[in-house]
Amino acid sequence: MDMNRRQFFRVSGAGLAASSLVALGFSPTAALAETRAFKLTHATVSHSICPYCSVSCGMLIYKLGDEAKNVRERVIHVEGDPDNPVSRGSLCPKGSGVLDMINSPARVKYPAVREPGSKEWKRISWDEAITRIAKRMKADRDANFQTKNAAGTTVNRWTTTGFLMCSSSSNESSYLTVKVARGLGMVGIDTQARV
Amino acid sequence: MTNSWTDIRNTDLVLVMGGNAAEAHPVGFKWVVEAMEKRKAKLISVDPRFNRTSAVADFYAPIRNGTDIAFLGGVINWLLTNDKIHHEYVKFNTDATFLTKPGFELKDGVFSGYDEARRKYDKSTWGYQLGEDGYVLVDDTMQDPACVYQQLKKHYSRYTPEMVSKICGTPKDKFLKVCEMLGEMSAPDKTSTILYALGWTQHTVGSQNIRTMAMIQLLLGNIGRPGGGVNALRGHSNVQGVTDMNAYAEVFSGYLSAPMDGDDTYEKYLKRCTPKPLRPNQFNYWSNFPRFFNSLMKSYFGKAATPENNFCYDWVPKLEGGFDAMHLFELMHQGKMNGFLSQGFNPLATVPNKNKLSAALAKLKYLVVIDPLETETADFWQNFGPFNDAKPENIQTEVFRLPSNCFAEEEGSLTNSSRVAIWKEASIALPGEAKVDSEIMALLFVKLREMYAKEGGAFPDAIANLAWDYVQPKEPSSTELLREINGKALADVLAPADPANPTAPRAVLVKAGQQLPGFAMLRDDGSTACGNWLYSGAWTEAGNMTARRSLNDPTGLGVYQNFGFAWPANRRILYNRASADPSGKPWAPNKKYEYWNGKAWTGADIPDMMPTAAPEMGMGSFIMNPEGVARLHAIGMAEGPFPEHYEPFETPIGVNPLHPGNPKALSNPCARVFKSDMDAFGKKEEFPYSATTYRLTEHFHTWTKHARLNAIIQPESFVEISEELAKEKGIRHGDSVKVSSNRGHIVTKAVVTKRIKPWDVNDQKVHLVGIPFHWGFKGQTKNGYLANTLTPFVGDANSQTPEFKAFLVNIEKV
Repeated sequence: MDMNRRQFFRVSGAGLAASSLVALGFSPTAALAETRAFKLTHATVSHSICPYCSVSCGMLIYKLGDEAKNVRERVIHVEGDPDNPVSRGSLCPKGSGVLDMINSPARVKYPAVREPGSKEWKRISWDEAITRIAKRMKADRDANFQTKNAAGTTVNRWTTTGFLMCSSSSNESSYLTVKVARGLGMVGIDTQARV
Repeated sequence: MTNSWTDIRNTDLVLVMGGNAAEAHPVGFKWVVEAMEKRKAKLISVDPRFNRTSAVADFYAPIRNGTDIAFLGGVINWLLTNDKIHHEYVKFNTDATFLTKPGFELKDGVFSGYDEARRKYDKSTWGYQLGEDGYVLVDDTMQDPACVYQQLKKHYSRYTPEMVSKICGTPKDKFLKVCEMLGEMSAPDKTSTILYALGWTQHTVGSQNIRTMAMIQLLLGNIGRPGGGVNALRGHSNVQGVTDMNAYAEVFSGYLSAPMDGDDTYEKYLKRCTPKPLRPNQFNYWSNFPRFFNSLMKSYFGKAATPENNFCYDWVPKLEGGFDAMHLFELMHQGKMNGFLSQGFNPLATVPNKNKLSAALAKLKYLVVIDPLETETADFWQNFGPFNDAKPENIQTEVFRLPSNCFAEEEGSLTNSSRVAIWKEASIALPGEAKVDSEIMALLFVKLREMYAKEGGAFPDAIANLAWDYVQPKEPSSTELLREINGKALADVLAPADPANPTAPRAVLVKAGQQLPGFAMLRDDGSTACGNWLYSGAWTEAGNMTARRSLNDPTGLGVYQNFGFAWPANRRILYNRASADPSGKPWAPNKKYEYWNGKAWTGADIPDMMPTAAPEMGMGSFIMNPEGVARLHAIGMAEGPFPEHYEPFETPIGVNPLHPGNPKALSNPCARVFKSDMDAFGKKEEFPYSATTYRLTEHFHTWTKHARLNAIIQPESFVEISEELAKEKGIRHGDSVKVSSNRGHIVTKAVVTKRIKPWDVNDQKVHLVGIPFHWGFKGQTKNGYLANTLTPFVGDANSQTPEFKAFLVNIEKV
């Protein structure tokens, strides 16, 4: 056996498991030859797409954490997806640094309000935020909704609250956002794609 | 893009103009490099700066910013004069043979029918002559002076190489070299592509910039063919998808024109939006408009939408006038807007004239910012010293900030610039209490619906009946939503009745409850629902087509039919019937793509043609147009059927050299200008330098200043100027400078570079100040001013895209 005394004790110290491995035909030599496992081998990989320009390079995102309760997930590595026919594994300087975007200290984590005239943000609950915003919207809509124009044509529109929509959310979020805005009768809608 | 990223490999010549693909789309640009290496394709870069694309180009020509139509109009003139056009293609695929109306003319830079007070045209003298049968009159010899070909020749005869050089500052020999290189592409066995971006759109003549190039591509016979096309390199990962979902006032999902006040009845609306064919035997695809619209209404209002109530036509809002971003801020500035929601958008940095925007936001009662990052817009009320000199105590706007997801935390599809929708997985849990955008919208909607049910209020019908049968009403999933967008059969979808045997039972094409295989199955009788006809086919009975990941490319042309889903109908090159000659054969053996095999259209792609329409029928390649061909003469454009050069609203020469005597033709006669903004334009006497904004490869808009790595590699704002200007103004590399426009100023660092050179324009020297725009008063980078303080509040006459690429500034050392 090719090991010194200290290593021998370490292997023996692993106890029953090690002995059983030997019994199963795994020799300690082979076990020792194994290098420290890459962190990535414990990571979960998912397919994503770069959020920046519209080449939309394929990305592989590696995270630690198994989605169990009280386990904090953490993205540890992002690389180009070699199986994307457009980007073929490449990422540009922006895409390569996307980990710092996901983990940016400027990420907003809680709903907050800045009261009129105030100098600061105040954290509030989702329930409070949605209720207060909905009340504001309803009050404005009820006060200013036009059912007919001067010519008597049914127009059913709400012009006094506007909505600029995201150009980097999914098609599905975008579709739903438009559906809600149209359902409310909004006409003042636009998106980043315009500019 | 009419074509795709991977199709660039098939090209013989790449023109990059109005963009800087090597810098802004570096990985897509690899396909240009591949074409250069493998096919010996040539690359031309035309740009105000010697940029990163220029650095690897075979040929570079400088151009003054805001003069692209003069340059491209000069190319058209050269191609026509030197007979470098693809004649058979032009005759078959464009309106060159069509006769225009006799009263149509251009006089002193303004077309017939101009109404100066309204800044609009009466277009009655524009367009084609119609015969008694309702079809356009044509002259196949193209000799009639009224035919589009002769009109085009006449219009661009003024764009001589000398005039191009005078307006653009491009040396004549360099301009001619570009013409010669493009002219070679008129051969049937050659194709060239154009890659452009916001360098063309962000002008008051933005749409016409692009149209002029599209006309060149038609004259060269390059549209619908491998290695050709007109290719817009879109800016954000999903700006294409959001454009398709039509988060715009004037269109509904799938580019369906929204009802206007004039459409007082449903019948009138459908009539306006459903064109009649202008030539015999044309497909006229928009004749399907009622199927698309009624199916969308079924998706919005479900069972409540019936043929009897015109599918709830009265419930959807009618539009009066424009409601684009600038118009919204103008209304806000006038105090006519009470509330505002901003989702994943930082308008303070991206809608022009920061000071006007701040003043407008301060007049709101409430502002809701939904964003994964802290933005300048959310903090517009905070004081950041000279960078944002606000007085919070005086601002009564109530501001809410809701945390949303970044890309890695949301499952769903994104559509790339090639129109390919690709599914991405959610990679990681949301931070803190952040929620996905769709969940936030659902929470807000469900709350409002409850309030209306309980308390009543203005027109609750559309809210109460908005189709919302999601498994978790407060958290609709992306899979449910993409299925809804794709559409399904609500009743059995039957084949059309057989004309020979009209009473025979009709075959069932799709069973009730099934996902639709594509938009050909849409019906106008309420038996189908579809959230966006263009995406019909994205989630069929076979499952999620956007999640396909096959790398199979059977023809080797870069057509990955089983990777994601390309709209429409999984088609990878638009107008691809034009890849074959009128008889259905490929134009050249090396450019074989779609062709007629004797029975049907077939080839590398899904044909953009009625699959069984034999070439003898004469059905045109441009099936979305009622005339069946592409338009060289387009009456849909606000400022004229042929693009004409107009100066930027802030022009460094103060005159349009084509029409020096007519102030009406100085800048786009049809661009919308609000009164207060007209007064805010600067003059060359006070602000003598032409300025443009742009991106760097290391940053993305104002997002990446929040990411440490990007902040390390580009930490601080700067402007770029030429050595000549630096010398004139006594500015050294690294000096602090004050750059001002008539709307405000920024203080930043100067980079003195050989990459920028002054131009000789109209017998004077014109200097450029280049302004990258990535920094602001929040982030990991060094805090500074928003470049947007300088920009003018005016946009393209058709799209209202702001003129960020050409305005006037002054620069002083501080």
